[in-house]
Amino acid sequence: MPSTVPSGALPAPQRLRQLRTMVRIRRFEEALIELAQAHDVGHFHVYIGQEATGGPALALLEDGDVAYSTHRNHGHLLARGVDPNAMLAEILGRATGTNGGKGGTLHLAAPAHGFPTTSASVGGPLPIAVGSAFAFRELGRDRVSVALFGDGALEEGAWHEAANIAALRQLPVVFLCENNSVGAVTQQAGDYPSSTLAVGTLADLARPFGIPAVVIDGSDSGAVHAAMSEALARARSGGGPSFIEARTVRWPGNQGIWAELVTGRVQVHYGWDPATIPDPHRAWFAEHDPVVRAVREALASGAGRDAIAAIEADATREMAAAVAFALASPWPDADEAFANLYADPRVNALATGRGAVR
Amino acid sequence: MSAVYADGMALGLREVLAEDPRVYLMGQYFFGLTRHRRLTVELMRDFPGRVWNPPIAEVGYAGTGIGAAISGLRPIVDIATASFIFQAWPQVVNEAANIRYMTGGQTGVPVVFHITHGIRGGGAAQHSHSPQAMLMNTPGLQIISPSTARDVRGLIRAAVQSDDPVVWIDHVKLFDIEGELPDAPETIPLGVADIKRRGTDLTIVATSLQVQRSLVAAERLAAEGIQAEVVDPRTLVPLDRATILQSVGRTGRLVVVDECHRSCGVGAEIAATVAEDAFDALRAPILRVATEDVPIPFSRTMEEAVQPTVEKIIAAAHAVMEGRRPRG
Repeated sequence: MPSTVPSGALPAPQRLRQLRTMVRIRRFEEALIELAQAHDVGHFHVYIGQEATGGPALALLEDGDVAYSTHRNHGHLLARGVDPNAMLAEILGRATGTNGGKGGTLHLAAPAHGFPTTSASVGGPLPIAVGSAFAFRELGRDRVSVALFGDGALEEGAWHEAANIAALRQLPVVFLCENNSVGAVTQQAGDYPSSTLAVGTLADLARPFGIPAVVIDGSDSGAVHAAMSEALARARSGGGPSFIEARTVRWPGNQGIWAELVTGRVQVHYGWDPATIPDPHRAWFAEHDPVVRAVREALASGAGRDAIAAIEADATREMAAAVAFALASPWPDADEAFANLYADPRVNALATGRGAVR
Repeated sequence: MSAVYADGMALGLREVLAEDPRVYLMGQYFFGLTRHRRLTVELMRDFPGRVWNPPIAEVGYAGTGIGAAISGLRPIVDIATASFIFQAWPQVVNEAANIRYMTGGQTGVPVVFHITHGIRGGGAAQHSHSPQAMLMNTPGLQIISPSTARDVRGLIRAAVQSDDPVVWIDHVKLFDIEGELPDAPETIPLGVADIKRRGTDLTIVATSLQVQRSLVAAERLAAEGIQAEVVDPRTLVPLDRATILQSVGRTGRLVVVDECHRSCGVGAEIAATVAEDAFDALRAPILRVATEDVPIPFSRTMEEAVQPTVEKIIAAAHAVMEGRRPRG
C-alpha cells in the first residue's frame, strides 16, 4: 500500500485563505450552472466537491511553476488567481475571455498564472507536463510541473509513457490524480462515467516506476497541503516525481452528464448550524462537502463566524459581477477565426489564405 | 562543397545545436538504420547531454517535446519511420497543432518532429507511410519536405527558429543523393518554393524524393525536346501557391508527383489549387502521379507497381503534352 499522509494542523489565517479559495470556486461553479439554465452555455464540467484538493494544492505553487489541467479546470485556475471575469467570459465565448473565445470551458489557459495550455484530451497533458519538467531540469530552473488529471486518465497509455520518462530522468513533476469516482457507487447507465480500471488502489500504478505515491482524503485540505508540500519539496530538491491520489466524493449534481444544482447553493453556516441543512442532501453537506468541512476546520482553528460569512458574501458578490461582466462582453469578430494560428504573420497569412500574403 | 543529403541533415543539426543551447535532440534515429547512423554518434559525442534517447513511447516523448518547448527548449523530436507518427498522433495533431490557436495566441510550441517517410524497399504496409497529407490537413502544423542537401540544411534552421510546431519529413532514399552545400549556414524561409529546373512546356510540381525522380524524368523528356519545369514547394505548410500558379501560368500544363496515396494526397491539394485559381491558363487536364490507393505491399514487383516512378512521370508528361489521360 502507498503511504498515507495525515491531516496537517494549519493556523487560522491559512485555513481562511484556503476557505476563501474554496468558496470562490464553489460560487463560480454554482453561478455557472444557474447561468446555463437561462443561456445556451453548452456542455461544461464543474469542480464542485473537489475544492479541497485543487485549492490548497495549487496555492503552494510559485511563480514559474506550471500546471496542466483538464476539462474540469475552473477550480484549478481560480485557485491560482485567474480572473473569474475573463474565465466566465471565455466559457461564454466572448472576446474578453482568457483565450479570446478560441478555447472555451475545455481549454481555459492563463500562462501568467502557470497554465500554459489546458487539454481536454484525457491523458494528453501528462507527457506534456513531463516535458515542462524536462525543460526545467535542463535549463537549471528550480521549478516544478504539475500534471492534474482525474482517475479516468489512468486508463490511457499516455500515463504509462509519461510516468516512465519522469521516473527514468527523475524529473520535477507532480502527478496529482483527483479520483472522483470513489463515491460514484450508485452510478446508472447514462450517468457521468466513472473510471473502469482493474486496479484497486490507483496510486499503486506509480509504484513499479519507483515514484513515491500517497493516497489522501481529497476533502481534507490539511492532508492535501501536507502531501503537496512534500511532493513539491521533493521535486525542487532533485528528488524526482511524486504521485498523489486525492480521493473525493462525487457531488450529487455531478451524477448526470450535465451538471445540475440539485443541492442548491452551499451556505457557510451549514458548518456551524447543521440543523439548517435542507433534508434531501443533508448527508452530502454534513459528511462530504469539502467546503462545509473547511468551514468547520476553520472554526476549530480559531477563525470567527463573521470572517467566514464575509468570505461567502465577497465570493457571492464577485461571481455575480463576473456573470454580469461576461454577459455584457462582446462576441469576437468572425475574422478572429483566422488569427493566432501561427506567430509569424507571413506564415499565418499564407496558411490561412487571409491577410497580407496570398 | 559536394555532399550527400544525409550530410546536409547532419550539418543542419550540428549548426542549430551549436547556435542555440535550447536545441535538444530527442531520439537518435534521424538516419534510420542506414550507414549514416554514425552522424548521430558524432553529434552525441560533440554535444554531450543534448541528445536524449527516449524509451519506445511516441506519445510519451512527443508530449515531452511539446512540454519542453512550452517551457523554454527547442526540441527536435525524432519519431523515425513516418509510420510511427501514428503512435504519437494525439500529441502531434491534437496537442501541438492546437495549442497556440486554442489558447488565443498565448502559448507557442516551438517543437520540430522529424519523420522519414515513404516506400523504402521492403518496408511493407507498416513502415512505408507518407502521412504528409494527413498532417497537411491539420491546421497549426508547419511541414517541411526537402529534397536536397542544401534545402534540408537550410530548412532545419528555419524550423528551429519558428515559434510554432514543424514536422520535418525526409525520405530514406534521399540520404545518398549528391548535391551542393554552400560554405556558410543559411536559413531557407518556410513557404518559399524552389524551381529546381526551368522549362517552358509543362510544369511538374513534385515533393521530397519525387523531386529527384522528376528531375531525372525531365532530363529524359528534354532529350525528346520537351522542356519540363520542376517546382519543389519545399514546405507543404505554408504552401507557396503563388510560385506554382505562376509556373503553370507560363507552361499551361501540370503534372503533380507526390508519394502520398492518390486520394486526398498532397498532389490532390496542389491540383485543386491550380484548377481553382489557374483554370484559364490550363491547356490540358492536370494529371497526378501518386502512390496507388492500396497499402504498400512487401514484394518488390508489387511495391514497384504502386509507387510513382520516373517512367510514370514521363508517361504523365507525354499525356499532358497530348492533352489525354495516360490511364484511359
